[in-house]
Amino acid sequence: MYGFEAMTFNIHGGYLEAVVRGHRSGLLTAADYNNLCQCETLDDIKMHLSATEYGPYLQNEPSPLYTTTIVEKCTLKLVDEYKHMLTQATEPLSTFLEYIRYGHMIDNVVLIVTGTLHERDVQELLEKCHPLGMFDSIASLAVAQNMRELYRLVLVDTPLAPYFSECISSEDLDDMNIEIMRNTLYKAYLEDFYRFCQKLGGATAEIMSDLLAFEADRRAVNITINSIGTELTRDDRRKLYSNFGLLYPYGQEELAVCEDIDQVRGAMEKYPPYQSIFSKLTYGESQILDKAFYEEEVKRLCLAFEQQVRFQELPIQIDSCAIRNLPD
Amino acid sequence: MVTSSSSWARALVQISPYTFSAIGIAISIGVSVLGAAWGIYITGSSLIGAAIKAPRITSKNLISVIFCEAVAIYGVIVAIILQTKLESVPTSKMYDPESLRAGYAIFASGIIVGFANLVCGLCVGIIGSSCALSDAQNSSLFVKILVIEIFGSALGLFGVIVGIIMSAQATWPNGA
Repeated sequence: MYGFEAMTFNIHGGYLEAVVRGHRSGLLTAADYNNLCQCETLDDIKMHLSATEYGPYLQNEPSPLYTTTIVEKCTLKLVDEYKHMLTQATEPLSTFLEYIRYGHMIDNVVLIVTGTLHERDVQELLEKCHPLGMFDSIASLAVAQNMRELYRLVLVDTPLAPYFSECISSEDLDDMNIEIMRNTLYKAYLEDFYRFCQKLGGATAEIMSDLLAFEADRRAVNITINSIGTELTRDDRRKLYSNFGLLYPYGQEELAVCEDIDQVRGAMEKYPPYQSIFSKLTYGESQILDKAFYEEEVKRLCLAFEQQVRFQELPIQIDSCAIRNLPD
Repeated sequence: MVTSSSSWARALVQISPYTFSAIGIAISIGVSVLGAAWGIYITGSSLIGAAIKAPRITSKNLISVIFCEAVAIYGVIVAIILQTKLESVPTSKMYDPESLRAGYAIFASGIIVGFANLVCGLCVGIIGSSCALSDAQNSSLFVKILVIEIFGSALGLFGVIVGIIMSAQATWPNGA
C-alpha cells in the first residue's frame, strides 16, 4: 500500500537510509564553495577541503597536486561510501544499487574502446575509468576488433550482456559506431532500470520513473542535437530513443525529423518542464544546454531526497554532482 | 428462531465466558508488546545509522524508545488488572447473562488495550525514526518533533483508560 511503507521499510532499509542521510551532511555547503572560489592555488583548495569530509582522502597526496588527482580522490570517497552501502544492503536494494553501476560500466567500456581506437595505452585508459564501473576483464576490451568480438570475449560475462542484443553487428568499431553502441546500450539500460523500478512499486516507482524519464528525455535531446549534420539517418535516430519518458512517443517523432537546434527548441517547447530549460538559452547557443539540464537534474534529485521512505540512489548522484563541481 | 444466524448466535453464547476472558487478557499483553516491539525496531534501526555521523543524538533519542516501551508497560498493567477481575462462578451460573457480560467485558477490554497500543507503538516508532534522522542534521528540530511523539503516545493512554473503565463492568454473578 502506498503510504504504509514506513511500517516495514526499516526492517531492511532503516540503517542504510540513516547512513545515507548522514552522508548528506558531509556534502559541501555553500560556505565551502565560497571558500573554494577564493582559493588561488590547488594547495589552497587542498587545505580547505581537509576541513571537510574529503580531508582524509587528500591528506597523503604530495605537494604538486593536479586537478585530476583531487577529483580522483573525491571520487574515491564516493566509491567507499557506495561499497559500504552495497555490502550492507539486502535484496532488492542491492540490485537497485547495482543498477547505478551499470551506467558507469557502459561509460567505461566506451572509453576503453574509443581509446584503443585512437591508439592510447590501455593502462592509461584504465586509470581514467570511473571506479564504480570497473569489472574484471575490463582490460581485455582493448583486444576486440568489432562488436561481435567485444560481446563474445568480454561482455557476455558482465551484467551488461542483456543490453547487447540490440546492437550486435559485425561492423568494425569506429567513432560513429561506438557512439551508436553507447547510446543503444544506455537505452537498453534505462529501459531495464525503468521496468525494475516499476516492479518495485510504491514510492520508489513513482520517484524513479520521474528521474529516469527526465534522463531518457535529456538523452533524446542530446542525441538529436549531436546527430544534426552527421550521417545518422532518421530511423537510426529513432531507434536510439528510449520507449518511456515525457517525450514518448509524440515528442520523439518530432525530434526525429529535426535538422537544427531551432527546430529542436520548437519541438521541446510544447512540454512545460523543458520549455523552462530552453528559455534560458538565447537562439543559437547549445553549450549552455548541458549545464541547464544538469542543474535541472540536481534540482529533481534534491526534491526526491526529501521523501524518507525509499531507495537511496540519490546520495550517490548528489555526491557525484558535488564532485563534478569541484574542478570548475 | 430457526434461521441460520440463530445457530451462530447459539454457538457464540455456548462459548464459556472464561474463554473470552482469557483471550482478552492474552490479546491485551500480546498485541501491545507487538506494537511496542515494532516501534522500537523502527526507531532503533534509524537511530543506529544516524548516530554514525552524529553520535551526539544517541542519548536524547532514547526517549523515543522509552515511549515505545511505555506502550508495552500499559499492556502489562491492564493484563494484570484484568486477571484480577477473573473469578470463578458455580457451574449453574456459568451461562447466565451476567457472567457472559463479565466475560465479554474482559474480552473487550483486552482488545481495546491491545490494538490501541499496537497502533500507538507503530506511530511512536515511525515518528521516532524521523526524529533521529532530523536531529542528526539539525539539533533544534528534536524538541519540536518530540511534541508530535507525545501526542502519538497519548493514543495508547486513551486505550488504557477506556480499557480500564470497561473492565470495571466485569462483575461476575454472586456465587463466587
